Formats: sequence, structure tokens, C-alpha cells
Amino acid sequence: MSLLMAFCTALLFSLGTYLLLQRRLSRLIIGLGLLGHSANLLLLLSGGERGIAPIIGSVGDERTADPMPPALALTAIVISFAVTGFLLALAYRSWQLTGNDLVEDDLEDRRIAALTAASNDDDEEVGDQRTSMLVGSLDDLDDPGKRAST
Amino acid sequence: MMRVLLPLPVIACLLGAGASMAFARQRVLQRLIGIAALSAGLGASIVILITVDRDGPVATFMGGWKAPVGIALVADRLTGIMVVVAAVVLLAVLMFAMGQPGTEQEQPSFHPVYLVLAAGVFLSFLTGDLFNMFVAFEMMLTASYILITMGGRLDQVRSGMTYVVINLVASTFFVVLLGLIYASLGTVNMADISERMPSLPAGMRVALALLMFMVFGIKAAVFPLFFWLPDSYPTAPTAITAVFAGLLTKVGVYCLIRTQTLMVAPGDRVSGFILVIAGFTMVIGVLGAIAQNDIKRILSFHIVSQIGYMILGLGLFTVAGIGAAIFYAVNQIVLKSTLLLVGGMVDHGAGSSSLKQIGGIARRYPLLGWMFLIPALSLAGVPPFAGFVAKLAIIESGFESSQGLIVGISLVVSVLTLFSMSKIWGGVFWGEVELVAESGDAMTRRFGGTVPMLVSTGSLVIASVVLAIVAGPLFEFCQRASQDLLSPEAYLRVVLG
Repeated sequence: MSLLMAFCTALLFSLGTYLLLQRRLSRLIIGLGLLGHSANLLLLLSGGERGIAPIIGSVGDERTADPMPPALALTAIVISFAVTGFLLALAYRSWQLTGNDLVEDDLEDRRIAALTAASNDDDEEVGDQRTSMLVGSLDDLDDPGKRAST
Repeated sequence: MMRVLLPLPVIACLLGAGASMAFARQRVLQRLIGIAALSAGLGASIVILITVDRDGPVATFMGGWKAPVGIALVADRLTGIMVVVAAVVLLAVLMFAMGQPGTEQEQPSFHPVYLVLAAGVFLSFLTGDLFNMFVAFEMMLTASYILITMGGRLDQVRSGMTYVVINLVASTFFVVLLGLIYASLGTVNMADISERMPSLPAGMRVALALLMFMVFGIKAAVFPLFFWLPDSYPTAPTAITAVFAGLLTKVGVYCLIRTQTLMVAPGDRVSGFILVIAGFTMVIGVLGAIAQNDIKRILSFHIVSQIGYMILGLGLFTVAGIGAAIFYAVNQIVLKSTLLLVGGMVDHGAGSSSLKQIGGIARRYPLLGWMFLIPALSLAGVPPFAGFVAKLAIIESGFESSQGLIVGISLVVSVLTLFSMSKIWGGVFWGEVELVAESGDAMTRRFGGTVPMLVSTGSLVIASVVLAIVAGPLFEFCQRASQDLLSPEAYLRVVLG
């Protein structure tokens, strides 16, 4: 049983990591959820052997389960539930603003790319136009059709 | 007495958050609640600080169950000083936020969320239980997710996403760490972990030490886990950036110091590894700062660079080194918050915080010039400010442990820090007066900020000067705190009985 659980944990970890590396926010969030599940499974596994419910008065000499890991895991689940909710709201906001659910390019990368491009022709205040670049770049840097297919 | 006092900063803030939520439409009442809750926290933390310095560590147990079953709240000297400084900064930043047009006035949810953040910060300092520390972190981080994206602009959503994802991954690793510790030791109480650690095989002990370093290293933004910080902090509203810069990364540093000293036995400490990380953090952070062209972004890279100094002090694992790191952290919390608040006022008074768009602020708003100059010189380590004492202490302890190379690196980084500070000074404060937009109200046109902004930032500047005046006693206090950390018998006794 423990071995099966250990395999599940490993599988969830690898799937979560894979999804985390995707560009789509929806996949990324699912990946984070899977990572959270695998961590919680690991927490449950840390309690050791299985046993009956450890309720005072109902237990004789039988082996009881360790009640601590489920308590810890429950707390962790509640927290990750709340944060996932927030993350979904954030992804929805991103979709509202940009019309796609892709992770945006790194700002610094864009500035460096823009600097290289600008060094060929005019070089006025390229690194400085952060906000306008961010808004402008959605039109000129990204081809949504092309990016959605990647 | 301690049964009430130790949980008080956390409980006052949480109750305040609830009350603040109930009065979401009455801003005056919300402000009063916020100030009252944080003042109660400050009062309690001062009493805690005095008590622990006189009588040694104190502990109390939630729900009356003794450790290791119950959740312990423990305060020793390190906790005491961190809680006091945190309360001061939280209070000053709250006042600043009230004077700044924008977030606080437009968002009814600002006050409750801010108080939850405060409660999380206090609890992370006070808890003596590793799982409880996870909960405190999550409280603090969930509040910070909301604060950093408050406003919902595109750049906030973009960088907020990075921030949330990186912290979620760190939290996942934290849960993994808890699982591994519970599986191998059967406890999550920090003092109990410390006692049982020797029963593990050596490889496992070092692995746990490294995993702890990674989990808290992400929060503290050490190399190479810092990239999220300069991207996400500057997009938040100014007051929020100031409190994040001052406190959140230092909570990470506090946890690093606490876990690496209490739970990692002297033989298992990864001193060399930590020193290498410290060197890279200092150098990469300051080089990043030099490359930037915006006050907030420069200061955000400086956060990373300065974290390196604290990690350097920790990595020495001597009384002098860790004492210097604590002194450094206390000083940094005040300085970083002050500098970012001044940056926010420049933004407010001149309409931009970009080095290329504005200039001549020192002529236009002389008061802002002074309020920037003092903490900036202190940050760069120019005597007679507290930053100089802190850097000197780090360097001396480095030489004591004969770590000449890392000390040399830290001196070079110090010069570069001064360079990038003078870059801000030359770009923003000197030169011809250039403003992008002038603010409407009379007070801002005259002095550069509204009354609450000036008072809160001014009092933090005064606090940074006071730190220089009391540097001697404070330094000795930090040495005592460091002694407690390296020989934690009293801590263990008070928790485990």
C-alpha cells in the first residue's frame, strides 16, 4: 500500500512539474494543484503504517493510525484550495485584459530584445518605456495566432 | 502574563482584520482599527523584548497542551527584536498608505488584508512549531498576493502571477519538508526536532538542512532564487512595496537563521555552501541594481544584494557573524522601507519614478532630498550611520573566521552600492527641475507629499538615525541574541520543560 502511494506521489510530482512548465495559465494552475496533491500525499505517508481510527475510549490494543498527518494535510489542503481560487481569479483577470491565457514574456527579456532591435536604428529611451511597451507589445510583439499554437 | 502577551500581536491584528471587514464602508473607523491593532502589537512586542532580554526565552502553549503536542509560541531575543522592528515598520507604512491617494482610499479591502499580513509576519516570528510556521507563511503570503495585485492592472497581473506561482512552489516544498521531517522524526515542534535530529543518519541530516535552506531561501530571495523579486515588487502600490521590501524577505532571513541554527547541529552545517550563495547574491543583486533606470527597480535589486550580507553573517556560524547578521537585518528593515517610501513620494510629487524622466527633486522638494540622502548613505555603509556599523560588524566577523575572499567581495559590492545610490541621486535629485506631472494638493506642491506621508517617512528616517545612536547597546544585544541561537539550551528548556 505504501509503495503504491509512493508511486502515486512520484507520478503526481512529475505530472505537476511538466504542467508547471507550460505557457498556458490554465495548465500551469492544474500543475500547481497536482504538485500540492503530491505534497499532501507525502504528508499522509509520513504517518507510517495504517491502523484504526484513534478515538479515545474506542480503541483497545489494536494498532491505531497516527492522527497528526491527516490533520496537517487537511490544513494544507484548505490553504491550497484558497490560493488556487485566487490564482484562478488572477488568470481570469489576465484573460480579460489580454484576451489569451498565456504567461506573458519576461519584462527584462523584452527590454533586452527591444534594445538589440533599437541599437540598429534609433536608440531613444528604449529601456524606459516600460508601461507603454507592455501595452504596445501585445499588438506588435505577439502574434496571438502563432503563439496559441505553440 | 506571557500567556496573553505572546499571542497578542497576532490576535490583535486578526481581530482587527475581522472588525475592519465588518466596517468596510467606514474608512475612518477602518483606519482607527488598523492603528489600534498595530499599536497593541507594538506595545506587546516591546514588553516581550524587555522581558526576554532580562529573563531569557519565554514560551506559551496554545490550547493548554504542552509541547510537543500543543502549538508553542516562543520568544527569545531574536524574536523580540524582530517583532518590535516589524511592528514599527508596519505602523509607519500604514500611516503612509493613508496619506497616499490610491489604494487605501479606493479599496475597502486594503485594511483587513494588511492586518492579516501583519498577523502572518508576527506569527512567523513568534511560532515555535514548524507546521505553524507554514500556516503563518501562508497567511502572510495570501495577504501579500492580494496586496500585490490590488488594482488589477495588466503589469500587476503579469508580475503577480510570477510572484504567486513561485511562492506556491516554495510552499509545496515546505509541505514536502514537513512530510519528510515528520516521517523521520515524528514531530514538527522546532525544539523537539532539534533534540531528535542526532538520531538520523548524517546524510539525511544534511539533506534536511539543504531542503530547509531552499524553502526559506526562495522567500528570502537568495541567489539563484531571487529572480521573481525585482519583477514583482515594483508593480505593487508604493506603501505595499515598502512593507514587502522591508519585512517579507527578512522573514525569510529570520527563518533561515532560526532553522539553520536551532535544527541543524554544528557538525551538519553547510557553512561553505551558504558563503558561496551569499557571495553570488551580493554581486548579482548589485549588478542588477546598476543596470536599472527606475528608483523602485534599483531598490528592489538592492534588497537582493543586501540579503547576501545577512546570509554571509549566517554562513560564518560564529557568535560575531550571526550577531552582525541580526544587526544588519534590523537596520535593513528600517532602511529599505524608508527608501521605498521616499521613492513613492518622488513618484507622487513628480509623477514618475524613472531616472530619465525626472530630475532636480532636491531643489524642488529639499525635504525629500534629505529623507533620501540619510538612509541611502546608511545603506551604502558610510560612517557614522548604522549601516556602516552593520557592514563593519559583518566584515570583522568575516576576518575573525578568516574568510578573506568573501569579505573582499562584500567590500567591492559596498562600493557598487554607493555607485548605484549616487546614480539615483544624480538622476533624480540633482540637475534641472523636471517633473512629469504635478500633484493637485497644496501640501504636495510645497513639500512633495501629504502630511501622513511626510510624518511616517520622517519618523522612519529618525528611527534610522536613532539606530545609529544606539548602535553600541543594540550591537551588544544582537551578540547576546546570537549567543542564544548558537547555544539554544535555554530555548529548548523553556519549550520542552
